[in-house]
Amino acid sequence: MFNWISQVFAVTRFSMLSLPQRKGSSAAALLGIAGVVAVMVGVLSIAQGVLKTMQSSASETNAIVLRSGADSEMMSGLSGDDTRLIAEAPGVARDSAGALASPELFVIINLPMRSTGTDANVPMRGVQATAMSVREGFRLIEGRMFEWGLNEVIVGSGAKQQFAGLEIGSSILVGQELWPVVGVFEAAGGLAESEIWVDAAVLQPAYRRGNSYQSVYVKLNSSDAFAEFKDTLTSDPRLNVKPMRESEYYDSQSTTIYNLITGLGTTIAIIMGLGAVFGALNTMYTAVSSRTREIATLRALGFGSFPVVVSVVSESLLLAFIGGLIGAGLAWMAFDGYQAATLNWASFSAITFAFDVNIRLLLQGIIFAMVIGLIGGLLPAIRAARQPVAQALRGL
Amino acid sequence: MKYLYLLFSSLKRKKLRTSLTMLSIMVAFLLFGYLSAIRQAFDAGIDVAGADRLIVRHKVSLIQLLPQSYEAKIERIEGVDNAMHQTWFGGIYQEPKNFFAQTPVVPEELFDLYPELIISDEHKAAWLENRTGAVVGRGLIKRFGWKLGDRIPINATIWGKKDGGRTWEFDVVGVYDGAEKGTDTSQFFFRYDYFDETRAGGTGLVGWYVVRVSDPDKAAEVAAAIDAEFANSAQETKAEAEGAFIQGFANQIGNIGFIIMSIMSAVFFTILLVAGNTMAYTVRERTNELAVLKAIGFTDAGVLGLVLGESLVITLVGGVLGLGLAWLLVSMGDPTSGSFPVFYLPTLNIFIGFGLIVAMAFVAGILPALQAQRLQIADALRR
Repeated sequence: MFNWISQVFAVTRFSMLSLPQRKGSSAAALLGIAGVVAVMVGVLSIAQGVLKTMQSSASETNAIVLRSGADSEMMSGLSGDDTRLIAEAPGVARDSAGALASPELFVIINLPMRSTGTDANVPMRGVQATAMSVREGFRLIEGRMFEWGLNEVIVGSGAKQQFAGLEIGSSILVGQELWPVVGVFEAAGGLAESEIWVDAAVLQPAYRRGNSYQSVYVKLNSSDAFAEFKDTLTSDPRLNVKPMRESEYYDSQSTTIYNLITGLGTTIAIIMGLGAVFGALNTMYTAVSSRTREIATLRALGFGSFPVVVSVVSESLLLAFIGGLIGAGLAWMAFDGYQAATLNWASFSAITFAFDVNIRLLLQGIIFAMVIGLIGGLLPAIRAARQPVAQALRGL
Repeated sequence: MKYLYLLFSSLKRKKLRTSLTMLSIMVAFLLFGYLSAIRQAFDAGIDVAGADRLIVRHKVSLIQLLPQSYEAKIERIEGVDNAMHQTWFGGIYQEPKNFFAQTPVVPEELFDLYPELIISDEHKAAWLENRTGAVVGRGLIKRFGWKLGDRIPINATIWGKKDGGRTWEFDVVGVYDGAEKGTDTSQFFFRYDYFDETRAGGTGLVGWYVVRVSDPDKAAEVAAAIDAEFANSAQETKAEAEGAFIQGFANQIGNIGFIIMSIMSAVFFTILLVAGNTMAYTVRERTNELAVLKAIGFTDAGVLGLVLGESLVITLVGGVLGLGLAWLLVSMGDPTSGSFPVFYLPTLNIFIGFGLIVAMAFVAGILPALQAQRLQIADALRR
């Protein structure tokens, strides 16, 4: 047993030591794999970024109520009376100011994107004071809060970064009026950071909405209170609404875009991976054929064929590992935290997010590289081990 | 002839290596073709947008409606040939993932403003007779396997009915085809008169206008005139060329073109390394043989051509296979099972592909070829 292990070590050491002689072709295989991993991690980090934004929007104890049949706030509509009934439902948490229920208005406004100068559907939310107490992560980071009843707005940090004209002191044009930007807020990385907030009472007449809203966000006493809350609302004959946990709602909002990007990214990665496998095979076949005599000599000296297989495969795995590491590192440096905006089809409005290269994605990339290396090394290794010793020694 | 023979025998020299290199090049061009189709799908409509068409929408946002009375006012503006309105219906057929656009329109105006939508007179007449009739694109009808005469229920998300219901039913009375490959045949058109009298709210309001100008060169001036007409009214407008409108929309999804270009560059760089390395290796391995060729009278240029030719054959076989495979995959349908309005490999990109094949063959082969050309017979034979 010990003999066998020491054989493996000896042969592997040989092949590693001779690596510098094959610099060119090894580097080509390594960089090829690095390219595949970088692209794969890069593309998938877009989907991860969108998912992260959605997930950080959700709170375990929060629920959202839309009109039944509506899949997003954009499609929904609730009257002022509806929102009062929802706030009175059992399970809704209360503080000194009353129920923690926030009726909100959700519209879009055209603002130019910084990157292209073309218009984007920027989401604009009309809120009441409870909106800030329902959302845990809400925090003003610049300027001040808007005055209730005035045409003033505060903007999310993501929106400020992606869309032009949202700095404090500038104004947005709504119909005939200029609404000044007075503050910038964060919302724990959530979706609200893509939005512009304004007093609901100001937004309603500007968009001719009367006394109507589109959604009610509520904070519940506990996560378990949701069942009772939901049952009460859905069985109330005066209401025709769909209560959802926030996590459920945000999941449904990101499904389409997440699946699209992940599907495309995976397809591209697999096709590219196939190309890299061919490259790795080429490199390893070349490596093996240039070492034909060396390997045959070892075999003639009594080394088994298994150590030879191990040595070739580990050389290929080593190249793949380094390539994977370089690729993952490049992707992490180039893409992690990269700010972007896209269109959320579910609500027909822009969302801003940051590319998210997380540990899981990096590991996935390196594992993918190792799989390429394994396939690329195995076949040449078997060929090397099978070669008849006498013939190989006689030269080619 | 002798060159061809030599070329093929050197390709056959290491069959495995030659085929592996061809396969990796094939993969590069497969991706190139496939990504071209995806990019085309995201940019759908920009190429085929009418140069003589403008889109007029509410200045504040697309979700705000405009009065139907604007149509007559727009048509009175100088330089405007015809105008029609459209409205976003946003209904759901069975489940949300079956997304497609449904639009209430005035039938005669639709086919006047969009001559690229081809429909038979028979189907058009059937539509004019049936108030609840709908005309459906060829792509959409295939996607769901509908037939003429089918009754399609659509659940309204925005537009409830006067009777309180939310399910609208339409009869498929006609099919339209696209005049060009890029024409969107995933749309569902139904009659505005039926829509307007059945909807619970918003009577007399429409989503946006499509305007045809008589002289495309004056499109910008006409757009400015339309916006001026409604300036300082309760509903101000923003008019822009149809192409710019669609481009703006595509930009919102993200810079797809840039992302795909980056991926392609990474792919080609990678494959170039692999192919270039293989070529270099074959030349190094054959130093002796090449020297013998020169010794028996082959010119320097001849040897250069031989190596470049080898590189070209490998790239060409791999590249053509890859493009062919991409074409096959693309014609099998789009990866999102129908959410892309168009999905095809543009002819232009096939030509670009061939250009890239030649470029790649040259770049991968030139250094080894020069090396072979410069070989000193005496030196090389002694090695």
